[in-house]
Amino acid sequence: MSTGNMNLTLKVWRQKNNKTKGALVDYKLTDISPDMSFLEMFDVLNEQLINKGEEPVVFDHDCREGICGMCSMFINGRPHGPKDLVTTCQLHMRSFKDGDTIVVEPWRAAAFPVVKDLTVDRSAFDRIIAAGGFISVNTGNAQDANNLPIPKMQADAAFEAAACIGCGACVATCKNASAMLFVSAKISQLALLPQGQPERYRRVQSMVAQMDAEGFGNCTNTGACEAECPKGISLENIARMNRDFASAKFISEETV
Amino acid sequence: MSDINSNIPEGELASKWTKYKSSVPLVNPSNKRTIEVIIVGSGLAGASAAATLAEMGYKVKCFCFQDSPRRAHSIAAQGGINAAKNYQNDGDSVYRLFYDTIKGGDYRAREANVYRLAEVSANIIDQCVAQGVPLAREYGGLLDNRSFGGTQVQRTFYAAGQTGQQLLLGAYSALERQIGMGKVEMYTRHEMLEVVKIDGKARGIIARNLITGEIERHFGHAVVLGTGGYGNVFYLSTNAMGSNVTAAWKAHKQGAYFANPCYTQIHPTCIPVSGDHQSKLTLMSESLRNDGRIWVPKKKDDNRKASEIPEDERDYYLERRYPAFGNLVPRDVASRAAKERCDAGYGVGASKLAVYLDFKANTERYGRIEAAKAGNHNPDKETCMRLGTAVIKEKYGNLFDMYAQITGENPYETPMRIYPAVHYTMGGLWVDYNLMTSVPGLYCTGEANFSDHGANRLGASALMQGLADGYFVLPYTIGAYLSKEISVKAISTDHPAFVEAEERAVGILNTLINIKGTKSVDHFHKRLGHIMWEKCGMARNEKGLKEAIEEIRALRAEFWSDVRVPGAANELNTELEKAGRVADFIELGELMCIDALNRNESCGGHFREEYQTEEGEALRDDENYAYVAAWEFKEGVNFELHKEELKFENIKVAQRSYK
Repeated sequence: MSTGNMNLTLKVWRQKNNKTKGALVDYKLTDISPDMSFLEMFDVLNEQLINKGEEPVVFDHDCREGICGMCSMFINGRPHGPKDLVTTCQLHMRSFKDGDTIVVEPWRAAAFPVVKDLTVDRSAFDRIIAAGGFISVNTGNAQDANNLPIPKMQADAAFEAAACIGCGACVATCKNASAMLFVSAKISQLALLPQGQPERYRRVQSMVAQMDAEGFGNCTNTGACEAECPKGISLENIARMNRDFASAKFISEETV
Repeated sequence: MSDINSNIPEGELASKWTKYKSSVPLVNPSNKRTIEVIIVGSGLAGASAAATLAEMGYKVKCFCFQDSPRRAHSIAAQGGINAAKNYQNDGDSVYRLFYDTIKGGDYRAREANVYRLAEVSANIIDQCVAQGVPLAREYGGLLDNRSFGGTQVQRTFYAAGQTGQQLLLGAYSALERQIGMGKVEMYTRHEMLEVVKIDGKARGIIARNLITGEIERHFGHAVVLGTGGYGNVFYLSTNAMGSNVTAAWKAHKQGAYFANPCYTQIHPTCIPVSGDHQSKLTLMSESLRNDGRIWVPKKKDDNRKASEIPEDERDYYLERRYPAFGNLVPRDVASRAAKERCDAGYGVGASKLAVYLDFKANTERYGRIEAAKAGNHNPDKETCMRLGTAVIKEKYGNLFDMYAQITGENPYETPMRIYPAVHYTMGGLWVDYNLMTSVPGLYCTGEANFSDHGANRLGASALMQGLADGYFVLPYTIGAYLSKEISVKAISTDHPAFVEAEERAVGILNTLINIKGTKSVDHFHKRLGHIMWEKCGMARNEKGLKEAIEEIRALRAEFWSDVRVPGAANELNTELEKAGRVADFIELGELMCIDALNRNESCGGHFREEYQTEEGEALRDDENYAYVAAWEFKEGVNFELHKEELKFENIKVAQRSYK
């Protein structure tokens, strides 16, 4: 019931660790079912490699339902593959054709060094959040939630920005390896909410400073990030971040 | 009857927690700075505890196996979080949430813990909103609620179908804030492999750096496990691929009792299995049962398309059997009812192991309301469906997209096909009222412990429990223990107990690498899952459980002689990680069957075919089984039963009825 009839050629990036050079290696797969997810197709490949006594391809993945942001394959030149608005784990083989050759690489960015094969180190994102991607409220300090009405449109807009899964597709697809879509999504979420106002300008300055320190590139408005984002995070967020960043220079009394 | 002490404070149920908080010993700020706490896991229960303890001034180390704390599987929770706010003015209260949870758990949870959970539920919503978590709102700007199974009030707060994501990102941001301030040391891509005990107390852990393979020793005055559930023992579940029992199981082997392991939640609304290649199952949130009606054809083996089956030839079996709760009966009841219909030959789809979840009636109803809002009081059907679809899309858009992506079908046009799947485990490490395991200084929070959901968890209560434990319970209760530890200086990790624990961990890794057998780890995991699903799944019986125990023992022997783990231990080796986890799942699987065999009754998610009413409902035996089964690990994979009697002083124990 599981076996299908698709035959594929994979070209997969293999790299032992961050000290060695990597290369694309060819693999042939047969009898792939169109109902498999892309990662399940990799499970089949790995089972074959193990049975042959070879080492399986290492790739990041966890929830396999498109929300944890861990999977991160660059497929045929596009992060998360050919379909819009899905992550690699939600990409199914019915999106490919029998006989296809599929090239699979890791995210490529100086700030995301390769760990092994298709796995990269995205801890730079955590450090950017640690620099300011929060509201400073200790546990136990909160007032009743309904004491602070927030217009639905505003709450919905904050939610849309908050839907970012931190996968890094925006960085991977950007010719400058810019992290601006990721950073601006968090800045926007908090800037759109009344709770986020007290630290609004301090936040944007700290997070942008950390983003630069991590070695992410700048934004040249090509819009590839928005086009490839599996969660449809909008470029408007970058505009909002830039506005806040510029404003911070003029209106903020605070120095970071 | 109890031979273990749950340390429940004296006094009236409603005042226990308040009194406890005002009389619990405290640790002064200067002492907190020298006290170290280790937290394993960075989901809702772990991240919230790590952030809160650091805010209070403790030195915290937090560990997760993923590449970032934001990836913990709490992120995938969809539907919502319960809280007794009574914002809808529909008669909700702390007592009612307490009552629903005890009843939903089929009278197998501890009253005092559940009441405390209901008490702090409202604080969670306040805290999350203050953090900037964008929960759904109404046009007036106030928070919105929806219904979940097993209740008759609307107390579920939500953020579209991504509530877990938003709550976890809130806890994650609080955690990252503390990391940025240097108050939490975060260890990502680290897996805990052992608990270190000194003079009977938990004093640290052995962890493996998953990138380099290095084995590390970490000291803590106390250790907290917030490491999630063990549903992946079934191989196929809605859990993440990496979700595992290893940390809890290693603690169990060091003396922490494992409670009620057989209580497994099979969630009624998941996307059915499509083939042998399948690596995981995907949940369709329970919130869909607000607007979806579940049915099968009235005729056996009906092969017509859903749209070709007229209304009067459909059996809305939940509405028929349970008129009071209808499609919103608790999960265990809904799952068993689906299995019953499919086993009787009424299932749908190619595999016949599915039922329909149909949104048509409510889409039309919403469309009519929208049309009326626009002044059209006599809309045609097409207008209703068009307007109604927009409403459904706003409520559940991401779930519908996910369904379409996985199945290749459009759920706006044809009903979803769903079937039950393993989702949550109510069992876990035994803890007392303080959330401390039977090992002093070793705590357990969230899904990893057993404490609040009895034999069946109600929807939207997992997020509530994880955050209650981490934000509002553990930070108080752990102080009671640490206040007596202030004179203990940090213990050197050269202590023999660390050396010995490391040797145990390294020994297992080397053994796994050196077996050099013929079959992959997944091969064994799938076989274990098959045994568990067939014989310790939605329905269990004595014969099957006895067979399962034998089969699992044989599988364990085969695993340790024939598993193949390629690569080395001193590098990133995902097969080695999986092998260690599956080795622990195999031992756990045996204990689950032993527990299920011991419990000669049916309750909640534990359904023994021998014990059912004439109508096929779960038949409890309160006289003999109103206890928590807490198992102690004994040399050579043996288990000894301890019992904690459950006393119901504030609630009348009755047969659960949702009719």
